[in-house]
Amino acid sequence: MRITTALDSTSLTTRYPKTALATTLFFMLALPFLLYLVLLLMLPFNRPEALNAVAQRLGWDLGHSLYRDTWYGVILLVEGTFVSLYTAVFAGVTTWVERRIAGRMQSRIGPNRPGVFGFISWVADAFKMLFKEDLIPAEADRLLFRAAPYFSMVGLTLPFVVLPFGESVVVADLNVGVFYLTATSAFIVVGILVSGWASNSKWALFGAVRGAAQVVSYEIPAGIAIMVPVMMAGTLSMQGIIRAQGGWPWQWFACQNPAAFVAFFIALTASLAEGNRTPFDLPEAESELVAGYHAEYSGFRIALFLMVEWANMWVMGALAVTLFLGGWQIPGVSVEMITQTRGTDVFPTLVWFGWQSASLLVFAVKTWLLVILFIWLRWTLPRVRVDQMMSLCWKYLVPGAFACFIFTLFWVMVPASVHLASGLVISLGVALLLVKFAVRTRKNIAQVKGARVDLSNW
Amino acid sequence: MAEPVERRILGRMTPSDEEIVINFGPQHPSTHGVIDFVTQTNGEIIRRSIPDIGYLHRGMEKIGETVGYPGFMPFTDRIDYLAAMFANEGYAIAVERLLKVEIPPRAKYLRAIAGELCRISNHWVAVGTMASDIGASTPLTHALREREAINDLLEELCGARLTFNYARIGGVSFDAPEGWGEKILRYLDHLDSYVQEYDRLISLNQIYVKRLANVAVISRDKAVAYGLCGPNLRGSGISWDARRDLAYGAYPEFQFDVPVGQGKMGAVGDCWDRYAVRVLEMLESSKIVRQALAKLPEGEIMAKVLRKPKPEPGEAMGRVESARGTMCYYVVSDGSEKAYRVRVRTGSFMAMGIIEELSQGLMIADLIALIASLDVVAPEIDR
Amino acid sequence: MNAQEIHAKLKAQFGDAVGELTEAKIDPFVTVKSDKIVEVCRFAKSAAGLDFDYCEDVTGIDWPARNLIEVVYHLFSLQHRHQIVLKVEADRSQPSVPSIEGVWKAANWLEREVYDMLGVTFVGHPDMRRILLPDDWVGHPLRKDYQEAGGYHGVTNTRPDPLVRLVQKVDAERKAIAAAAPPPVAAPATATTTTTATATATNIAPAPAPVPATAPAPAPAKKESPNG
Repeated sequence: MRITTALDSTSLTTRYPKTALATTLFFMLALPFLLYLVLLLMLPFNRPEALNAVAQRLGWDLGHSLYRDTWYGVILLVEGTFVSLYTAVFAGVTTWVERRIAGRMQSRIGPNRPGVFGFISWVADAFKMLFKEDLIPAEADRLLFRAAPYFSMVGLTLPFVVLPFGESVVVADLNVGVFYLTATSAFIVVGILVSGWASNSKWALFGAVRGAAQVVSYEIPAGIAIMVPVMMAGTLSMQGIIRAQGGWPWQWFACQNPAAFVAFFIALTASLAEGNRTPFDLPEAESELVAGYHAEYSGFRIALFLMVEWANMWVMGALAVTLFLGGWQIPGVSVEMITQTRGTDVFPTLVWFGWQSASLLVFAVKTWLLVILFIWLRWTLPRVRVDQMMSLCWKYLVPGAFACFIFTLFWVMVPASVHLASGLVISLGVALLLVKFAVRTRKNIAQVKGARVDLSNW
Repeated sequence: MAEPVERRILGRMTPSDEEIVINFGPQHPSTHGVIDFVTQTNGEIIRRSIPDIGYLHRGMEKIGETVGYPGFMPFTDRIDYLAAMFANEGYAIAVERLLKVEIPPRAKYLRAIAGELCRISNHWVAVGTMASDIGASTPLTHALREREAINDLLEELCGARLTFNYARIGGVSFDAPEGWGEKILRYLDHLDSYVQEYDRLISLNQIYVKRLANVAVISRDKAVAYGLCGPNLRGSGISWDARRDLAYGAYPEFQFDVPVGQGKMGAVGDCWDRYAVRVLEMLESSKIVRQALAKLPEGEIMAKVLRKPKPEPGEAMGRVESARGTMCYYVVSDGSEKAYRVRVRTGSFMAMGIIEELSQGLMIADLIALIASLDVVAPEIDR
Repeated sequence: MNAQEIHAKLKAQFGDAVGELTEAKIDPFVTVKSDKIVEVCRFAKSAAGLDFDYCEDVTGIDWPARNLIEVVYHLFSLQHRHQIVLKVEADRSQPSVPSIEGVWKAANWLEREVYDMLGVTFVGHPDMRRILLPDDWVGHPLRKDYQEAGGYHGVTNTRPDPLVRLVQKVDAERKAIAAAAPPPVAAPATATTTTTATATATNIAPAPAPVPATAPAPAPAKKESPNG
């Protein structure tokens, strides 16, 4: 028998489930979008010549190169700060999304009390972690213990500089963007190793060594799988790779090349492993190592480690979207249409800003879908064992990635119509599979008799 | 309490330069209670892992000598709180044999129904926590949700959700309430179809199978030599079930199969077999409960027994097929109101004895899988 | 096979070392001489028809009145579904029994528990150390004359009765109130003093105390001793 009081009420989620879902989606997209609006507004002058032109238009004399470069540096610094803010906010929002999704998958609700549908819970968690006691184990190496989270933070934040969020919405479109990303994201393993060693705990050391082995091993298939779209596009620049694709699914690299389709899944698996996500979360296997390499951390330091884990999902998702899923390309809209609306004036037109926002939205939606896939996998699959993880990498993924690479070497010589045909076939096949999956799921749900929560006290 | 206790168990460890000795526990998410596994490992591979028990030792057997025969019943709940109905029933059977008392048939049926529901509840926890130890957290919440229904049903019966104190010497304490049978049947309908979904979720999941198949294989001879019982013994291919083979209580009147490990995913007697035996046993228990509800006889639920029974001097052994194995209560009486000796022999204690030998050559993750597949609980081991 | 037949077979093989089957005071048992227990167990395990492949339980009972400790073996056969209870009597001052760990591995931990709880040493056991209690525990708890050592590494196992502590606390508070109370006003009339005194007396303690306000203080102390 449930005792209800005046203040007690069934949660909003159970009473308005559709509104809950809509609000969830809105929060997921809106908050990051707002942050990127800032980036959007700084687009006109985030290159030296553009900055010069704007200054001239406004009547400022930036002739002295040091003065101009200082301004340029300031602008880049501001953009970089907002990008870092974005990683923190994204990590927080993802924790909320993950906990809600995990709750539904586990036939419970997830956070729903603080704020609307529990949206403030991640803010509350962040504050709570800030105010926790700062503990360092007595025998730990104090300097390394303190420094470890910052190594991981560097490895997390640097890649955001090259992620192309929209047609021109990127902090720095390096012409070795892909290479830069894989190189800097490897910094995270330094943080893992240092934290495990500095904690002076055998459990932490276990986790750290496992983590290092895992991340370093999976760099190989990830790197080779990434070479496949690079070869198809002919450039290492992230924007260049996206521009070589199109908006429609059959114009994505994943569909245009059967080897790229396979390489997409290899890259996804390797990303999961590099990000220490289940089924590859051995370094922090809670049921075995009790949090592994960050076992001795608490308070703000562990908040940094956890932030790295969650925001890394975004990096991995964004990388996969950029290389294989067409990035920010809007279906039906070609890049020329967008650049045509820019206008010759120093300040771009409003229509151009509109197109940028649209491409930002497309990119955000695609990356969120991949992130939700990662979350889904985490709460469904069990963990692989260390030797199984290693054998998967070296015996299956590395040869597979090499095979895709060599296939692509020949595929790029084939005429474009074959690419298009492959694109149509593969995207049609994937669409059919998705339909079959949906039908099967409905059948499975209907097969279980009795309401799922048909229990007297619920 | 400043100086550490010298532990003789460390003398059994002989680490070379490349090996380390670590403690799995006593506080650990996966050791199913406070148990310490002192492990000597070379990287990931275990050379030797010896369980160090006794962190939950409460002196139950000594308590049995001081509180009198009926007074010990609530303590039996705490010996195995996940399958408390069987713990109650085993002690009751031992004392009833000493008193030469025949319990009424309705009491036997009620004990069987409550016991089988308790077995389903315990197996939900076992399979859920095993999945959680392997890394999948979703099956655990689903399993606990299913178990909630049984907790509610047993709460209606006897007022408690975990430590039931249901059996009495001479029968049971409470009769089945109105409408209880229909609620059980409704739940069992749901259970029989839900287990298939659970299998799709985790039991047949390739990663799960690869983690458990061919891991820590216990051969038939070893299982018998080490005194394993219950699903651990049946997982190694030996078809032995005290309900069917010792024919106590109301069990002779029910038709049910005894699932046995068949090596479907790997060798016979690996971790997956023990897991599969538990899942299948849930379905068999559901069959038993249906038959029992259909044939439940009317009548008394309690035989005539003194408030403070005084059995004549002698000794008796009471066995039940608990969820965790054959639980044996050996009660020695000297003619007074208090038992002279109460001995509880539990399946978990025997299962711990085999871990030292099996752990050699396993990886750390496999040790976790082994402990989870043996379904040990610390209170049963330590009493 | 029932208990008589099993006993007959054992007696046929070992003669004097195997005692008589007790009459069934629910479960009958056979007493076996301590030095022959390993052979008896080995025979029981391997003999055709007996096939006791399962060592169900090894436990002990302390009989100070008979000055011995009984080690009880419950053997079971999964094939034939029969059982037998063997008992070995060990001298209470120096209990020592050969270990049957070589016959059934299950006896390894079971015998360790008997050692831990009752102090029976099993000769030939590969790992004779305590199992449930810490290694430096003093005493064997399941013995009938077991006395607790009064603490373990500085942690006591006794505490004062909480009700007694509560009464002591309340009385101490009353004492403090009485001591802090202002002294009675030096009035000329004795009557006033008496009334003040009695008023204070009735406030602080039920015991009648016709003299100054400090008098009630000993009375609670006296009252406390029967309870304490």
